[in-house]
Amino acid sequence: METIDMIRSILQSTLILAVSPFLFGIINRTKAFFAGRKGSPLLQLYYDIYKLSRKSAVYSRTITRVFIAGPIVGLGAILSATMLVPFAGRASFISFEGDIILFIYLFGLTRFVAVLAALDTGSSFEGMGASREVQFAVFAEPALFLSMAALARVTGVTSLSAIYSNLNAISWTTWSPVFLLVAGAIFIIFLAENSRIPVDDPNTHLELTMIHEVMVLDHGGVDLAFILYGSAVKFWILGTLVAGIFFGAHSRGWMVDYSLFIIGMVLFAFIVGAVESVLARLRLLKVPHFLIVALALSVLALAFTMR
Amino acid sequence: MLSIALIIVPLTAGLVSFFIRNDHYRRGLFIGSSGAHLILTSLTWFRRPGMALSGWFALDDVGFIFLTVTSLLFFGATLYGIKYLDDEKRRSRDAPGDNNANVNEAVFSGCFLLLLSTMTIVIFSQHIAFLWVAIEATTLASAPLIYFHRTKRSLEATWKYLLICSVGIALALLGIFFLAVANKNGQDMLLMKMIEGAAGIDAPWLKAGFLLLFVGYGTKMGLAPFHTWLPDAHSEAPSVVSALLSGALLNCAFLGILRGYQICIAAGLSSYCREIFILFGLVSILFAAIFILGQSDYKRMLAYSSVEHMGIIILGVGLGGGAVFGSLLSMLGHSLTKAGLFFVAGNIFSYYKTKNIADIKGLIRGPTRWSGVLWFAGFLLITGTLPSAIFLGKFIILKEALLRQQYWTTFIFLGGLGIVFIGMARIFVSMTQGGRRTAIAESPLYRDDLIKIVPSALFFLLVVITGLYFPSLLTHALEGAAKELGDF
Amino acid sequence: MNSLIDLLSITILLMNLMMLSSSRISTCIRIVAFQGILFGLMPFVIHSHAIALGAMIYSIVSIGLKGFVFPWLLFRAQREANIRKEVEPIGGYPLSLLMGVAMFLVSFWLSSRLPYIRTVSSDLVMPVSFMTFFTGAFIIVGRMKALTQVIGYLVLENGVYLFGAALLIEQPFLVELAILLDIFVAVFVMGIAIFHISREFDNIDTQNLSQLKDWVNTK
Repeated sequence: METIDMIRSILQSTLILAVSPFLFGIINRTKAFFAGRKGSPLLQLYYDIYKLSRKSAVYSRTITRVFIAGPIVGLGAILSATMLVPFAGRASFISFEGDIILFIYLFGLTRFVAVLAALDTGSSFEGMGASREVQFAVFAEPALFLSMAALARVTGVTSLSAIYSNLNAISWTTWSPVFLLVAGAIFIIFLAENSRIPVDDPNTHLELTMIHEVMVLDHGGVDLAFILYGSAVKFWILGTLVAGIFFGAHSRGWMVDYSLFIIGMVLFAFIVGAVESVLARLRLLKVPHFLIVALALSVLALAFTMR
Repeated sequence: MLSIALIIVPLTAGLVSFFIRNDHYRRGLFIGSSGAHLILTSLTWFRRPGMALSGWFALDDVGFIFLTVTSLLFFGATLYGIKYLDDEKRRSRDAPGDNNANVNEAVFSGCFLLLLSTMTIVIFSQHIAFLWVAIEATTLASAPLIYFHRTKRSLEATWKYLLICSVGIALALLGIFFLAVANKNGQDMLLMKMIEGAAGIDAPWLKAGFLLLFVGYGTKMGLAPFHTWLPDAHSEAPSVVSALLSGALLNCAFLGILRGYQICIAAGLSSYCREIFILFGLVSILFAAIFILGQSDYKRMLAYSSVEHMGIIILGVGLGGGAVFGSLLSMLGHSLTKAGLFFVAGNIFSYYKTKNIADIKGLIRGPTRWSGVLWFAGFLLITGTLPSAIFLGKFIILKEALLRQQYWTTFIFLGGLGIVFIGMARIFVSMTQGGRRTAIAESPLYRDDLIKIVPSALFFLLVVITGLYFPSLLTHALEGAAKELGDF
Repeated sequence: MNSLIDLLSITILLMNLMMLSSSRISTCIRIVAFQGILFGLMPFVIHSHAIALGAMIYSIVSIGLKGFVFPWLLFRAQREANIRKEVEPIGGYPLSLLMGVAMFLVSFWLSSRLPYIRTVSSDLVMPVSFMTFFTGAFIIVGRMKALTQVIGYLVLENGVYLFGAALLIEQPFLVELAILLDIFVAVFVMGIAIFHISREFDNIDTQNLSQLKDWVNTK
């Protein structure tokens, strides 16, 4: 790879790592706006991570090293996934044929270690949260795979970066139904993976309504900082999958593209905040139905690519 | 001109009767319009009307037979119906209770005449899509008739009838669209034009379209396995209405299938269609046979007998050649006999107030003696005992089957007929013979009035006469129809 | 032009799926109404050249009937019967949704099997029309409330009509109007029947309508 490209891809990854907590601030501000409040500052997550990194964690007596390793491995997996993600339609730091599968399974790994850490505490409450989380993943993962498969068929390549850089060369007029359906399916999966409303309420205080929060609840200090930061980066990465369909590389210079893309992500965060404010959380039994909608959309998208 | 009159007269009479308050005037209009229809039909015996509305309406040989049967049937039904409506009115006046409230008599007469009118449109229609419109219209006109007695059971029957037949007919519409696609030559879907241009028709579309048409209209015709609405609707409707449904409406659906078949013959797909006909004909006969055996409701038994006869009719068309003659003859006989049987069933029901076979014995004795005689006579006629036209029809079909060396078909055909005969014999014999059991709720004022007996008796007489002697008019018409459909 | 027809077809497809997975009857009625309006607009989209006056009148009448009159009748029936939600179908709503997707795949395959007549520039319209047809049949078969069955019947007819529009089948103006009139009277009569059912049974659950059968062991 040329030096310029390498520098640029390092810049991309740094941008992702630096800017992603900002999106959470936007979401919270949007929700506050809808609720008529002023809301927390835009850089709140940065402050939180900084504060938490200086605290020490409290561990219970029943845990083992798995519990301690959980957040670390999780963050490591997310950061590895960051290496694979395209930015503004440009290639990522690492890309190879079939890296979609690695990408999706890195998320699986994150979820896996989170579940293990939760089960490690020996509490039945954590077990409940873990089982709920995994149940939703069962429906979300096939949908994600199928959507990616549809995109791969459209572009003819199987590398994440290559797909998203080719997406803009392919005319929207012929493939618009596929794109729209895939965007819809991945958006639903995004909401599920990031534990947003309507799947899960990230701000809930009631333990019985928690799904993802359950697994996070026991961590403190640096561990919690890792988890929060990891979820912010995960938000960005999964958001790229959706926003990348709409905001890609155009022929202008990379600076324009980058700023456009960041603006696109901010817009995306707006939309997520709006969705969170407008919708109500689904009943627990209805969440699989919601995810099956995503599955149906991705199957349809794949069917349309076979014309 | 005549064709228009045949349609307009009952149409306007029907629409007007919705608004007439006075029962006597309405009943007068009722009989008057169906009588006028019969007179106009008899005019067609002497001179066939020409094409009307630039070929959209015409009366060919096939239609002529259907028209005669329908018109006769309706007239007999209106005669019987007058007395029936009168009895119903008296009954509801004597025992005013809401659980047996009847539909407004105006609605009944109105829908009745509208049914006659729409059936006439079906018979005359030469445009394939307009035929569809008319058949759907007959479904809608007959639905309120089934729900005359407002009971839960008749409501269920009406709902099933509405939904199943409408879905079937929607399928037929899809089939018609397929036909339109196949008809690449011209845009006109007139029967004659399609037959003429049949050589250039796209065969796969025509095949698929015909299949859909067959399934759709076959649902309305009562072929198994699409017949599921038939036993319910024909048994829960008042007997007058059942007579019409069995005797005339099923024929209209049959006509729809025949029109499609005519196009297929011209396009050279007749063997494909005939296989379908034979298959479903045999299936219908077998279904009917199985369900008649254990039957406990005599009107349901008559309904299944209709399924069986529709199977026989379509089987005859499927065998082709001379069997078409037998098939149409059988249809003629079946319509008249089944209508007569339903009229008698109505008498029995108004006396015994039950539809359960086990509760009725000894019909030949007591006040129901004429009905009992007719009941048994009808049984003999419908199962094809010798002087009946149905016998002749079945015999001709059988002969053709043997001629064409369709031995398995013959075997199943005869076997099915045999089982039906056994099942019906058990029922009819047990109902007519035996000591007169005190009925569950006998109606003490029942009398076998002439007007209740005469229509059935006349119909049966006609069937017997047709079995023995054909007027040349009938022969010409039947032969002409057989030529169009026989695929010689 | 091509993509507009595609987009319309996809919208119809998604609406079918929405109807299959929805349990609220008012939602279903609104979707059917919207579908009717879209279908009425289809000829304007498919014909790139000018449309005959008759076809235009027919489209307007059909939009008026399917988009406004039918929902009015259905909402009235819903008010009379006093129902809001449908009973859970066999297999649940997710299964209905997946069946809808499966039906689309089947119709896609079917229309590739039919000898294709190049009359419409999009190859999505025919599969969607078949799928609408199947969806209507599925709704009739799978749902318990009589009102939903009527909605299924309307969807069925919509599918047949869309097939006609897709292949540019032009019937004489009178015939098309007559077909529309037929469907109108059918819905009207069915609405009356639903009214009677709700009065007779105090609900419109068609599971009540299973008294008539053969070989019932009454002895």
